[in-house]
Amino acid sequence: MIIGEDPVLPGALEVATLGMTMRFGGFTALDDVSIRVAPGSFHALLGENGAGKSTLVKCMMGFYHATSGQMTVGGREARIADPRDAHALGLGMVYQHFTLVPSLTAAENLVISRRDTPAVIDWARESRALRDFMAAMPFRVPLDQPISRLAAGEKQKLEILKQLYLGRRFLILDEPTSVLTPDEADEVLGHVRALCAAGEISVLMITHKFREVTAFADEVSVLRRGRLVGQGRVADLGHADMAAMMIGTSAARTPLPRQGAAGPEVLSVRGVKARDRSGLKEIAIDALTVKAGEVVGIAGISGNGQMELMEILTGQRPAQGEIRVAGRPYHATRTEAQALAVRYLPEEPLRNACAGRMSVAENIAFRSFDRNGAASRFWLAGGQMRARAAQLVDAFKVKTASLDAPIAALSGGNVQRAVLARELTGEVRLLVISNPCFGLDFSAVAEIRARIMAARNAGTAVLLMSEDLDEVMELSDRILVMSEGRIAFETPAATADLATIGHHMGGHA
Amino acid sequence: MADQTMIGSTGATWLPALARRSEAVVIPLAALVLGLGLFGLFLLTQGKSPVDFMAIVWKGAYGSAFSLQNTLSRAAPLLLAALCVALPARLGLVVIGGEGAIVLGGVATGALGPHLAAVPPIVALPLLGLIAMAVGGLWIGAAGALRFYRGVNETISSLLLAYIAIALMNHLVEGPFRDPASLNKPSTLPLVDALRVGNLPGMEVHWGLAFGLLACVASWVLIDKTTWGFAARIVGGNVRAAQVQGLPVGRLILGFTALAGGFAGLAGFFEVTAVFGSANASLASGYGYTGILIAFLARHNPLAIIPVALLLAGFDAASGLIQRRMDLPDATILVLQGFVFLVILISDTAYGRLKLFHPERWA
Repeated sequence: MIIGEDPVLPGALEVATLGMTMRFGGFTALDDVSIRVAPGSFHALLGENGAGKSTLVKCMMGFYHATSGQMTVGGREARIADPRDAHALGLGMVYQHFTLVPSLTAAENLVISRRDTPAVIDWARESRALRDFMAAMPFRVPLDQPISRLAAGEKQKLEILKQLYLGRRFLILDEPTSVLTPDEADEVLGHVRALCAAGEISVLMITHKFREVTAFADEVSVLRRGRLVGQGRVADLGHADMAAMMIGTSAARTPLPRQGAAGPEVLSVRGVKARDRSGLKEIAIDALTVKAGEVVGIAGISGNGQMELMEILTGQRPAQGEIRVAGRPYHATRTEAQALAVRYLPEEPLRNACAGRMSVAENIAFRSFDRNGAASRFWLAGGQMRARAAQLVDAFKVKTASLDAPIAALSGGNVQRAVLARELTGEVRLLVISNPCFGLDFSAVAEIRARIMAARNAGTAVLLMSEDLDEVMELSDRILVMSEGRIAFETPAATADLATIGHHMGGHA
Repeated sequence: MADQTMIGSTGATWLPALARRSEAVVIPLAALVLGLGLFGLFLLTQGKSPVDFMAIVWKGAYGSAFSLQNTLSRAAPLLLAALCVALPARLGLVVIGGEGAIVLGGVATGALGPHLAAVPPIVALPLLGLIAMAVGGLWIGAAGALRFYRGVNETISSLLLAYIAIALMNHLVEGPFRDPASLNKPSTLPLVDALRVGNLPGMEVHWGLAFGLLACVASWVLIDKTTWGFAARIVGGNVRAAQVQGLPVGRLILGFTALAGGFAGLAGFFEVTAVFGSANASLASGYGYTGILIAFLARHNPLAIIPVALLLAGFDAASGLIQRRMDLPDATILVLQGFVFLVILISDTAYGRLKLFHPERWA
């Protein structure tokens, strides 16, 4: 602070970024982004996964140091070296997941969150102070209950109260409603909105949900691929406009060349119901079919049930309803998967499809180690396993120091190549894929997509779940949109309209 | 890129391969030496000489035919107890309640043995052994089942089950199965001589040692050479990947924990038929806990368990001599074991971090 300068005015802060750019090596995560959050305004930050929203707010909070660009807080330039500097300026952040200690009461959580908490706490005094603080707030949370007894909405309210208690006047909310029911979400955001209107705080909220933007925000900024692609007053924008900005209009990638027409039905999912990860919402797939020689792409913003659908299809999540492969009931046991030639490429292959400490050769053998032609085997055939792995490593160009190297030592692209080698070898009738190219470099992406397309052209039925709309457009014959745990929309890829797809992704029919 | 084009080349690749493999041997050995070093410091604080200590351990454990046989006899239950930890560990489970399975295997043998006096030993002994294994398998299998079906932490549940097993043993041995003639030390009825397991030919070491060695080799074959073992290693490596591969995770967990408990139950069987002649409180003598240390030192490799068990059995065998010659309490050996275990657990963080063992360094 410059001596003699006017103090920053109390109440809601104005915060702005100017030409914020963040590079990680050769990758530009954030490219010349300037946004301004006016004092007392509720500003929404929209964008797909990987659009740079998190990078932007992490730069603002001092978790990252931007490669170039500036920030102003309260109208003057601010240098934020770490989150403590941000806090001192009155900037605070509420995370997607709760940061409260579940076994402590709300009062205890508030007091320990302060930086100046004394070694010996005078609880009588603190309680009085907290009661006074609560009385001045527009909404309340019981102070003497352990956090573990509070509902999710109450916890999120307490997270926001905590920021106010700590004197923060600019809040960043990172998808604050993702663990809340719709009613709870409306209540919490309503309170936040009132605080903004009263001039207590300014808010920048990261979200995927158009509905929340329209209902609560004043202004919106849209990021795509690290660039600011749209900005405006919410009152002037419709869902269609926001969707168009979010997914872009130039994104209409031409589908890859393909041959052959779709054959008979391979996968059929009927009336499948299951709980989602949070246990609060339901996943319900009424009807989903994939034919031989066809790629069915499921688009959707993350957290709308794609992960759960993958778990249902891989037998990791109990579900009611009927799943058939080639007309036969399917429960994802190893015998069924082998008999019906069903293969999987789960997202993050190292986490979901490999044993990191086991060798490359062993990981490649996961599908076939217990098969001896059509029969099963009891004794492991180590020599055959290695020979086969050597051949596949060669054919799929997996770069590894040795077949005996632990697979965790490989780069992401090579892990995915090894998994592809394992899953795409031999007859494959059905291939279920989730985000196959997430986090991979350009050349690996092209190669992996070409392999998937080759499998389709050879007559494999492919179900592709991806948060990358370009990928869905490029690979699919038919596109489905998943939203709120349901299939919300279906269209042939040839006549797909991006704006319509974006609209359905945002949760509005 | 040179280090990435080695596949298919016929150059000297044994050095990098050796570097990787030696990691699993050198780190536990270094941990053992460090643990002994710390224990040496502890002895110095007690005014005792670490050099004398090692000399007495050598004498008491391996120095004479008598002490060597004493060591080997103690190694028998330790081999089986260590397998009870090592097998579940390959599936990613930390089971530390082998003591309970040993105790119950012994109690089953001691309680049923006297009723089989009329049955030919060739039938009765295998039958008793199988029953002891079944009881032990049920006990540790229960910890596996609780883990798989109810999500109960198997480390805690197996430990608590061990306490229950010991309490159960005390109740049965002092109550329903007590031999009225056992006055000072409540025991079951003594086994007839025909049901006592004898010594290995030409040695003063009972047959339990042979079965312990056999169990280690068989376990190694099971884990390293069969598809079941491979499936178990996938489960241990990443249970999510195993599920995506459609592997029967539940059956593998139940099967391997039950087999592990079965081995511990077999240890109890040999303690009763070869050592005590009846079941009593001496069954809970801590073999199950020493087995934990052995399995961790051996990195849960069944073959590596053999030398480690012989080492630890040696310490055990020498403890009496240490007590007499050095005027130290017999708990001294527990202090040593504690030091070694602590260093072993800490050394786990060294894996993959030491450049010495990186194949690239030698390529």
